[in-house]
Amino acid sequence: MKSIAELEEIRKKTLEEISMRKNKNGMRVVVGMATCGIAAGARPVMTAFLEELKTRNLHDVQVTMTGCIGVCRLEPIVDVIDTDGNKVTYVKMTPEKARRVVAEHIVNGRICHDLTIGAAEKE
Amino acid sequence: MQIYRAHVLVCTGTGCTASDSERVISELEKQLQEKQLTNEVKVIKTGCFGLCHQGPIVVVYPEGAMYSTVKPEDVPEIVEEHLLKGRIVKRLLAGDKTAEDVAKSVENVGFFKRQKRIALRNCGIINPENIDEYIAFDGYKALAKVLTEMKPADVINEIKKSGLRGRGGGGFPTGMKWEFAARTTGDKKYVCCNADEGDPGAFMDRSILEGDPHSVIEAMAIAGYAIGADQGYIYVRAEYPIAVKRLRIAIDQAKKYGLLGNNILGTGFNFDLELRLGAGAFVCGEETALLASIEGRRGEPRPRPPFPAVKGLWGQPTLLNNVETYANIPVIILKGAEWFSSIGTEKSKGTKVFAVGGKINNTGLVEIPMGTTLREVVYDIGGGIPGGKKFKAAQTGGPSGGCIPASHIDTPIDYDTLTALGSMMGSGGMIIMDEDTCMVDIARFFLEFTVDESCGKCPPCRIGTKRMLEILNRITEGKGEEGDIEKLERLAKNIKAAALCGLGQTAPNPVLSTLRYFRDEYEAHVRDKRCPAGVCKAMISYMIQADVCKSCGVCARNCPVGAIEGERKKGPFVINQDKCIKCGACVEKCPFNAISKNV
Ligand SMILES: Cc1cc2nc3c(=O)[nH]c(=O)nc-3n(C[C@H](O)[C@H](O)[C@H](O)COP(=O)(O)O)c2cc1C
Ligand code: SF4
Ligand code: SF4
Ligand code: SF4
Ligand code: FES
Repeated sequence: MKSIAELEEIRKKTLEEISMRKNKNGMRVVVGMATCGIAAGARPVMTAFLEELKTRNLHDVQVTMTGCIGVCRLEPIVDVIDTDGNKVTYVKMTPEKARRVVAEHIVNGRICHDLTIGAAEKE
Repeated sequence: MQIYRAHVLVCTGTGCTASDSERVISELEKQLQEKQLTNEVKVIKTGCFGLCHQGPIVVVYPEGAMYSTVKPEDVPEIVEEHLLKGRIVKRLLAGDKTAEDVAKSVENVGFFKRQKRIALRNCGIINPENIDEYIAFDGYKALAKVLTEMKPADVINEIKKSGLRGRGGGGFPTGMKWEFAARTTGDKKYVCCNADEGDPGAFMDRSILEGDPHSVIEAMAIAGYAIGADQGYIYVRAEYPIAVKRLRIAIDQAKKYGLLGNNILGTGFNFDLELRLGAGAFVCGEETALLASIEGRRGEPRPRPPFPAVKGLWGQPTLLNNVETYANIPVIILKGAEWFSSIGTEKSKGTKVFAVGGKINNTGLVEIPMGTTLREVVYDIGGGIPGGKKFKAAQTGGPSGGCIPASHIDTPIDYDTLTALGSMMGSGGMIIMDEDTCMVDIARFFLEFTVDESCGKCPPCRIGTKRMLEILNRITEGKGEEGDIEKLERLAKNIKAAALCGLGQTAPNPVLSTLRYFRDEYEAHVRDKRCPAGVCKAMISYMIQADVCKSCGVCARNCPVGAIEGERKKGPFVINQDKCIKCGACVEKCPFNAISKNV
């Protein structure tokens, strides 16, 4: 290493990998992963979130899991929680929908209203 | 680069390695493999969290859930419930498991709430064998800053302004020490680190070296720049194999990155670092003995002055600081002296790491702001005394220190208050004692340690401490004589005045301080041949109360020396006092509480 720029490079790169251990400021994606969720295909949904976030270099978004939310018929269910704590619940998720949520909601802050629990309940 | 949705940190410090965290790791890796989670969940080996007695410690991020005493059998549940379903396994959480609001994350565990982690900032958070993780949390940024933005004098000024004092025991202002070393001219100068840690029960330096070795390396390079040295030595005891291994790895990685060696970060500054292993003699922690040992000579103290800053290694100006002192340096450089000096008390700035042990619920490593009271340490952080017993005193400063009695439990802890109470900060050992502790016996224990560790170079220490120990032995064996207490005091005064090095000069402290606060206990031993705490075996006896004894014979069967006589169902049993070795086993075994201890 010959310069501070190189040091800074390593710092940034590694921080992205391990920031979850210190900062808790980013957005959070919470995937319902109880038995019902997994049966309904929650796992591919989560993988899709992880991959999409990775391709877009969105390292400060946390992906976590939770147990059964109690509306098994709407599984897979995903909550997206923004930095202010506002929660949007998406239902009947698929890997394609997951990629859309990343692109529209997480990147651009536009909620995908047609995928939310509210829209599903109206049907 | 792979994004992981969860990081599982497993402690691989000395404590958790002893409780077999390696097996927990291999089980974790196996389970993650089976469940095909290896691309989502990353396992990281970290250093000490400070809760070593509850090890192995496992922390799962992003939640920050802290699990304690995790056995390999518990791993499937953590993987299945937490990592697969996102449900925290409550029964394994550290801290008060019965409480309604179960402590979910590291920050919420009572043990950590009152702590402020500066020296331990990375311990248990990063993988100490990966320099990138250290760099990620601003590692080597302070070195980069001093090399490019500060003159050596600026660095020294910043450290002076911060008010940092040596954490190795003496509490000497660090900035002033750096200034002395910078001002003295020499063909070559050295920067050394004291990682000898000889105080029995202390392990904060070990934990820093195991959990965050780069913080010390970076600080030593900064010190080298400040005083004009290009060579450093870390003197670490060979009994710390994990610390030695991690230091070796860290030094290698720093060299590979060009953060040690020649022309560091392209600035033209050179600094190299080597390890020296010590055999673990307590006296080798004394600075002149330590330097002699690095030179390859016998680890014996020499008179000062000249101080090492003037004449140290091979007669050249040498800076010596303690591990924890160094660990504070990079943060001070980055956050500034003003920030650092806003923490702590008037004359003791920053934090201090203590290894809290003895009669306390949460033993372990705690880092607290200077000025925290002993009460907070014992009750808020330490979780109180086991078995609802009463707090009697805390010993700080190890074999060189003294005790703080319960009447001073609200004293804010800093260098000066401890000295005023007749104890001292020392390196950070803190032993909590409850009402069942005999203070004469405690003083005897520490003196026995110093007598063993005295290097024998000067008579006051070699002979004087032995005389004191003989008297203490006599007193605890119930053979104390009138005038013994005064003899102890006289000897203590003379040794303190005449001993050559700090070991001898401070050896009488545990005796003097227990005499100061618990003189009546000494007197009870000497005059009434009574040990009020019921510890000294020569002065206690066990008796079976005839009217309570149901003649069941349980005690007789459990007595290891056959001291209890009687026949079942034929009247009360009796203890043969000549045979009894006072082990107390019968008291615990008697189903009818018929046996009592007389003090
Ligand atoms: C008998 C004796 C043992 C000592 N042991 C240690 C030790 O284990 N670690 C340590 O850092 N300092 C120890 N010291 C203090 C050192 O001599 C020295 O003051 C200290 O390392 C300086 O570093 P500091 O200013 O950063 O505290 C000991 C002193 C004496 C007299
Ligand atoms: S005081 Fe004790 S340890 Fe120190 S030089 Fe004298 S004999 Fe050795
Ligand atoms: S105290 Fe121990 S040695 Fe004495 S009688 Fe009881 S069991 Fe036996
Ligand atoms: S165990 Fe207790 S009750 Fe039984 S014989 Fe011994 S003293 Fe008596
Ligand atoms: S060694 Fe694991 S917590 Fe201290």
